[in-house]
Amino acid sequence: MSRVMTIKQALNEALFEEMRRDETVILMGCDVAIRGNPFGVTKGLYEEFGPDRVRDTPISEAAIIGACLGAAATGLRPIGEILFSDWITIGMDQLVNQIAKIRYMFGGRIEVPMVIRAPVGAGGGQAAQHSQSFESWFSHVPGLQVVLPITPYDVKGLLKTAIRSNDPVLFFEHKRGYEIQGEVPEEDYAIPFGEAVVRREGSDVTIVAVSIMVHRALAAAEELSQMGIECEVIDPRTVYPIDYDTVIESVAKTHRLVVTHESNRRSGIGAEIVSQVTERAFEELDERPVIVAGLNVPMPYNRTLESMVIPNEERVRDAVLELMD
Amino acid sequence: MMRTCSITMEESEAVLEEFKKEVLASMEPPPGLSVEGQLEIYRKMAVIRVFDTRVKELWKQNFIYGLAHSYVGAEAIGVGACAALRDGDYITSTHRGHGHTIAMGGDLKKMMAELMGKYDGYCRGKGGSMHIAAVDEGMLGATGIVGSGMPIAVGAGLTASVLKKDFVTVCFHGDGGTNQGIWHESINLSSTWDLPVIFLCENNQWAISFPYSQAAKNPRVADRAIGYGIPGVTVDGFNVFSVYAAVKEAADRARNGEGPTLIEAKFYRYIGHFVADDEHYRDLASNEPWGELDPVRRMADYLVESGTASQEEVENIYVEAQTAVEEAIEYAKQAPEPSPDTLYEGLYSPEFLQSRGEDI
Repeated sequence: MSRVMTIKQALNEALFEEMRRDETVILMGCDVAIRGNPFGVTKGLYEEFGPDRVRDTPISEAAIIGACLGAAATGLRPIGEILFSDWITIGMDQLVNQIAKIRYMFGGRIEVPMVIRAPVGAGGGQAAQHSQSFESWFSHVPGLQVVLPITPYDVKGLLKTAIRSNDPVLFFEHKRGYEIQGEVPEEDYAIPFGEAVVRREGSDVTIVAVSIMVHRALAAAEELSQMGIECEVIDPRTVYPIDYDTVIESVAKTHRLVVTHESNRRSGIGAEIVSQVTERAFEELDERPVIVAGLNVPMPYNRTLESMVIPNEERVRDAVLELMD
Repeated sequence: MMRTCSITMEESEAVLEEFKKEVLASMEPPPGLSVEGQLEIYRKMAVIRVFDTRVKELWKQNFIYGLAHSYVGAEAIGVGACAALRDGDYITSTHRGHGHTIAMGGDLKKMMAELMGKYDGYCRGKGGSMHIAAVDEGMLGATGIVGSGMPIAVGAGLTASVLKKDFVTVCFHGDGGTNQGIWHESINLSSTWDLPVIFLCENNQWAISFPYSQAAKNPRVADRAIGYGIPGVTVDGFNVFSVYAAVKEAADRARNGEGPTLIEAKFYRYIGHFVADDEHYRDLASNEPWGELDPVRRMADYLVESGTASQEEVENIYVEAQTAVEEAIEYAKQAPEPSPDTLYEGLYSPEFLQSRGEDI
């Protein structure tokens, strides 16, 4: 049996189920307990699991992130929440120099089963310090796992895997995605990291779309289909580990590749995906790969300028049309 | 302890009682503050009140995009502090920067244009409410990252120190910011180097849904000064004269080479955290008793009761504030949008941008 629910509800359900299943799972962050998070993701957890396991914290991102490490190393499975992913930067030492490296530096003797959840994404005039997505930064750091699901089914199954993982996970939720609806089974399930999903089959162009761009790519693919161009849309769901087999299998069929993500283009995850596919399957490509991404500029506040920076379905469509020309 | 909301009605009442007992100060103008100075203070407080009241309405009507955090209830702090400064002094701000900008003499038209994302705005429409800045007036900019203004103020103090200038910098920050690591690093650095910085904590006792009483074991921010070997004082943040006097004294010390001061202006956020906050984390009735301490009304009452100004004069100042804000709104509505080719403007120096052409 399955029900239709929003991403926000699916995240909430995953948290409830994992906290019931394993009493070492705890949650901490600003506004997670009484307020139930700004989007309602953690609503009800404090009431069921109490102040020991669901903790409001002072505004201390570095300490939230670092305390997750200490707790993870000594017997808990902490979930740290950062109100906006932009502010993970305040805890970067803990994340990059400690969390990512501690197991390796100490000869594999410390386990770090922790998750940092944070909203990513642009739109709505939140300007330069509340609009960023850093998936490429963190996937650059050996030792971390980076997850950005964008359907209710995926957020639930991947959050469960993240909580059960014995290695640190950055779990990014897109702010514009919390109300997206979809089917979620009633029974327990978890989705392994590193398994992409083909969201739409097509034979002409492969579009690898990250996070919210999956929905924009699907809309573009729908329009292109009316024009006789069939796109295959792939959602990698996790960018490290990432499933290149599914991407390359698709490129072997379409021979054309578009990669799209909302974060800005320079040194972005798109560059890595294109590089990997080119190296692994150069002979399958009939056309140069194309990246459709955010422009290389801080997010401007003004609505018109903001809409120029954020990639939309028209830009995905135009990129495909250019490849097919 | 299991809670059903962030603080109970009884706890809230106890906090208010304690405030009245330990912090509340009577309205007495410090020596040297002229009648003109007092009226100018009231004028700026009235402008902030009107401006941020209108901002909320304009946000609801979709003229203002994104996020906006109101300075209503905090007017005494920004205005009291900036009135104690001289031309050439600087301030750093928070995410709640409209009041700071007005207190530093910011232009309402440029402010409102910025909030509406217009090219004539202070930040060319790039920053909006949360990044309002008026650098020419000494307001070094609002920030969306709690605590991030702290070291910026330290750096401004360093400039004054190295270049032997006599300007001081007031670092406005919230109680939320005091639990960031950078808060401690910044105060330590500036006290070690005797820099001319005034750390002014606007302790409104709430970090969104989280009361300061649960965010710090010792709720007295000013006590922390001891750890850094600098003076720390707590003042009535609803009382513009108390803030003025404390900042004046700290500025004199700073200019004298005696280093930083930590001032805790204690008050209470009896409105939502931002324009769309429904405050479901607390009983709205718990806000009401704090409204008695409304700093703008307190100042108006003082001016009339002390005979400093007539009721009519005080009312006229408020009406003038309303007129000025309405003019700014009309100006901002008519102001041009930034053109698309301004997207990269300001990202790097003009010479850099010119050398790159289209290739950013």
